[in-house]
Amino acid sequence: MSQPTREKTFTRPRALTQADTHYCPGCGHGVAHRLLAECIDEFDLREKTIGIAPVGCAVFAYNYFDVDMCEAPHGRPLAMASGIKRMLPEHFVFTYQGDGDLASIGAAETIHAANRGENLTTVFINNAIYGMTGGQMAPTTVLGLEATTAPGGREAKRDGRPLNITAMLALSDGVVYAERCALNSVKGVRAAKKAIRKAVRAQMDGLGFSIVELLSPCPTNWKMSPAQAWKWIDDVMTQTYPVGLIKDATGYED
Amino acid sequence: MSAERTLMRGSNVIAESAIMAGCRFFAGYPITPQNELPEHMAARMPQVGGTFIQGESETASINMIMGAAMTGARAMTSSSSPGVSLKQEAISFMCGMELPAVVVNVMRGGPGLGSLAPSQGDYFQSTRGGGHGDYRVLVLAPGNLQEMANLVYKAFDLADKYRNPVMVVGDGLMGQMMEPVVLPEPVNPASLPKGGWELTGAKGREKRKIYSMILGQGELLEHCHHLQDKYDRMEAEDTMWESLYTEDAEVIVVAYATAARVMEGAVKRLRREGHKVGLFRPITLFPFPKAQLRALAGEGRCIAVFELSMGQMVEDVALSVGQRSEIHLYGLPSTIPTPTQAREFLYSVVKGDGKVGRRYEI
Repeated sequence: MSQPTREKTFTRPRALTQADTHYCPGCGHGVAHRLLAECIDEFDLREKTIGIAPVGCAVFAYNYFDVDMCEAPHGRPLAMASGIKRMLPEHFVFTYQGDGDLASIGAAETIHAANRGENLTTVFINNAIYGMTGGQMAPTTVLGLEATTAPGGREAKRDGRPLNITAMLALSDGVVYAERCALNSVKGVRAAKKAIRKAVRAQMDGLGFSIVELLSPCPTNWKMSPAQAWKWIDDVMTQTYPVGLIKDATGYED
Repeated sequence: MSAERTLMRGSNVIAESAIMAGCRFFAGYPITPQNELPEHMAARMPQVGGTFIQGESETASINMIMGAAMTGARAMTSSSSPGVSLKQEAISFMCGMELPAVVVNVMRGGPGLGSLAPSQGDYFQSTRGGGHGDYRVLVLAPGNLQEMANLVYKAFDLADKYRNPVMVVGDGLMGQMMEPVVLPEPVNPASLPKGGWELTGAKGREKRKIYSMILGQGELLEHCHHLQDKYDRMEAEDTMWESLYTEDAEVIVVAYATAARVMEGAVKRLRREGHKVGLFRPITLFPFPKAQLRALAGEGRCIAVFELSMGQMVEDVALSVGQRSEIHLYGLPSTIPTPTQAREFLYSVVKGDGKVGRRYEI
């Protein structure tokens, strides 16, 4: 019998380091990091990328991406990214932000950077909860989801309603591309990859602001098993945040 | 343009000197009394290949300049007191991350929205690190528009030297008044040396990361010691002050910026009348010229503090002078101080009648 051919078919993206993860079991951040890193590799951008980490679970993103990175004060990544991109307009500049960072404390910075049409790409992790601080209510917490600061589950009258910020951003002419995907299935992950690829391409073509929202499981703070968390995204979370294209003014053919 | 004397307004002097220093990124949010400064930048930045952004808030504006600073660009933001309060978060981050930038505060009266009148009520905020954590910023307080031009220019060099934000403080009076100024020589930003820490893309080198969260056991302590070494070096190498008639003075007035300007006339007048008075003017508020002031105290000399606040710099004066001299304070917040007020305070201290101002007890 001849020797079986051995071919490497799956490797770590060049744009990721070999750092051990600090994320919890079942968390979506690792997948999201990998997808973005793959896209940075595909466009050969590793040496001209500047990334901005948020405050929240992804604060240590700069340990995982093998690109130049910095950390912004809570909610300010898109203001900081605006300054970076204006000074380095040929570079690929991304922010990686959670829901508290992007949609609560940073809502103003997010809306205005998007509305200025800053040529930036944002990966927005929506896990409907504050993870790093231990399960408090997020602007995106869906009605009924239990949070440490929404005892008994979020109630509209007491706590307000979940904020669909990506759809709000899409109303602005500065936003060229907005899509929401879910990281709870192979199909969803593949869609997310395609969306991030398009968002990166839009920036490198100088089209304006692009954002990909990723519905991401947080089994720890949802107090579910990873499998339950995946199912909960389908059964509950997507009722408030339907997956799919929100806006595409890129003119790209898929 | 540079070698000529030009009649200029204070706000324009600040903006143009920054451009001469190679500043190519400015972000700011409207607030009186400093609107002419961002307006000047909005017109001029595109002419010199720079960028102006009107931020959606003071917070966003300073985070934009923090981003520009990450790339090694010379960047500046300006505001007035309530707006500078909003910038404190980012100033703390920039100190932690060791990013150079220049922040201008054209002070107005407070607390709250206060008034638009000249004020020096942000002395504590400027010199004590108005945000959270153990940090300091260099604080420059020019006394006239030529000095403003020189110090704004120098502020960028100092920011680079220490990799730390530098604050330039003035007030509405200095922002609005006009004086002849010779602007400094223009710097070509491309000619400025690189520090080796800037984010430019990891091309042919290891990636760089700039962050302020330091969780490892003992690491933040080490970082704070490193920062403190810089603050100590600022004190040793870049403390600035000016003395007038202090050698034989029996009463030494301590005042800075607008207050010093008004006091200078009063001191000269009293000298002509035969009174032995002198003026000590701190130019850096942090580092405060402690040793220089201490050397003048004692031997029966009185220290008279004149400032446009209820009494903030007086605490640094007291820390410098201790029990060596009596300290008298005349605080006039949110006021355009008149030469008469300045003179009356001086006469009162010279006579020791206690009619103007008050004795400051440690």
